[in-house]
Amino acid sequence: MDIIVCVKHVPDVAGAEILIDESGKKIKKGDLPFEINEWDEYAIEEAILIKERLGTGSVTAITIGDEETEATLRRCLAKGADKAIRVHDDAFEDSDAYAIAKILYNAIKDLPFDLVFTGLQTNDEGYGQVGGILSEFLEIPHASLVKKIEITDKLIEVNRELEGGLEEVLELQLPALLTIQTGINEPRYVSIMGIRKAKKKELQVISLNELELTPEEVGISGSWLQIEELSIPKPTKQVVILDDATKIAEVLRARGLI
Amino acid sequence: MSIFVLVEHRQGEIRDITFEMLSKCKEISKTTAVLLGNDVEQFVDPLKGYADTIMVVKDEKLEYFNSRTYQMVLSHLINENKPLLTLIGHTSYGIDLAPGLAIKLQIPLATDCADFFLEDGQVRIVRQMYGGKVDAKATLKKSDSYLITIRPASFESTEPESKDSEVINIESPLKEELIGKRFIKYVEPEISDVDITASDILVSIGRGIKEDKNIPVIEELATVLGATISCSRPIVDKGWLDKGRQVGTSGKTVKPKLYLALGISGAFQHAAGMKDSELVIAINKDANAPIFNVSDFGIVDDLFKVVPELTQKINEMKGT
Repeated sequence: MDIIVCVKHVPDVAGAEILIDESGKKIKKGDLPFEINEWDEYAIEEAILIKERLGTGSVTAITIGDEETEATLRRCLAKGADKAIRVHDDAFEDSDAYAIAKILYNAIKDLPFDLVFTGLQTNDEGYGQVGGILSEFLEIPHASLVKKIEITDKLIEVNRELEGGLEEVLELQLPALLTIQTGINEPRYVSIMGIRKAKKKELQVISLNELELTPEEVGISGSWLQIEELSIPKPTKQVVILDDATKIAEVLRARGLI
Repeated sequence: MSIFVLVEHRQGEIRDITFEMLSKCKEISKTTAVLLGNDVEQFVDPLKGYADTIMVVKDEKLEYFNSRTYQMVLSHLINENKPLLTLIGHTSYGIDLAPGLAIKLQIPLATDCADFFLEDGQVRIVRQMYGGKVDAKATLKKSDSYLITIRPASFESTEPESKDSEVINIESPLKEELIGKRFIKYVEPEISDVDITASDILVSIGRGIKEDKNIPVIEELATVLGATISCSRPIVDKGWLDKGRQVGTSGKTVKPKLYLALGISGAFQHAAGMKDSELVIAINKDANAPIFNVSDFGIVDDLFKVVPELTQKINEMKGT
């Protein structure tokens, strides 16, 4: 089974104060640490687990971005992916999920695959639509929010997460695309041995002129959505910040909760 | 100009998101509620007064939601009727359906929108990014039809208007059985040993707990408060607590007298499940965590410092 996993190198905003830049349309990413998108970490793990279980096949990780995003590809290789592809061009700047899906489609359509995985969504923009669009371009069935995968020859059974703890089981024909939900597995840590092996693995770099895409089909001109303005959300409640535990205990007593 | 709203239903019930979207749209424009399914007559009456028109497509092949069959029927209806805008919930169904539908129709899509505006045939949307830390305003590329998915609980459901709705039955465009994707069954959530929705006080933990060996410190606090322990999604993903204790869109919705959020960032999916609690107190190291936006009181500090102090203080007050 050959599996392609689309991954993204994203800023880690947990614990950080986000600042909007002068254009008002982007955040200042300068000081933020970057890492693999949380959902993609589960997606790459699931691909590697399937390959290990079947004892055959390949796992290819692909990302779109500049040289810095190779850190995320190296992480995938160190965990057990066989090959990595990075697609980059200055014309990709400001691409939305639609344009990103077009780039991914052109980069993978001629590769052999039985399964394509993406994370359900990203920590940063969180559109949750690249996988669905990509499957339509590839003309293959897809399922989103996948929490379990069982493979039988040319068919797979997947559990999708619905609301309130309910799941549904679907049967899909291969090849298929799945968008992976967190919690589907326990992502492994990267081992020293893995990092060493990763250095010898292939990391291919592709640019726009190697794809069947024009500059107009990517970036802002090739996107559906154009950001006009970013802002920091206003609270729905006015929170009162207390100094210490004693103050909380007093609030609880005043409300009759102790 | 008209707006289509997809009626979302499952297991014999219309989902709340449907009424939220319809309530919003009736302020704006002529609205058509699009109802697809098999045994769906039961849903027509409850939709009356929420839309000018209820468009019904009945077909055995629509018995269960399937993005492929829904895509085929909706693309047919949208092509025939050319609504300016089609709204679908940003739910497990909408996430599965909307992206492929937009490509099939060749119309622009914006997902997970908290609000939208129509101005001169152009659609502007508002949505969150970066785990709820940023609000974005964006414009969709000019088109004669648009598709957007709406985040649950963004709009309030209002009471239906007294006027009647026109019901139009449309013949199903589905001819042969679609292959490639087939519904098999639902899997109901496992019955949990605890019902967090029945508890007056919830002590809820999130990613900030860091390791499962830290849970006993929280249990001590829960014991002195007579509270039940609940959690956010990452705790269940890691297998530290049962799914039955998860608060949020994919878990339970709770309204306790006190919700104590410990190390929970408070992204939308979590906040949607607890924001109606009577009193919310959050403890988080990150002063910018969105949980503080839905809290009454907060402490910006390390929970491992605050929690033991709080346990001790409550014990003192109780005179033990």
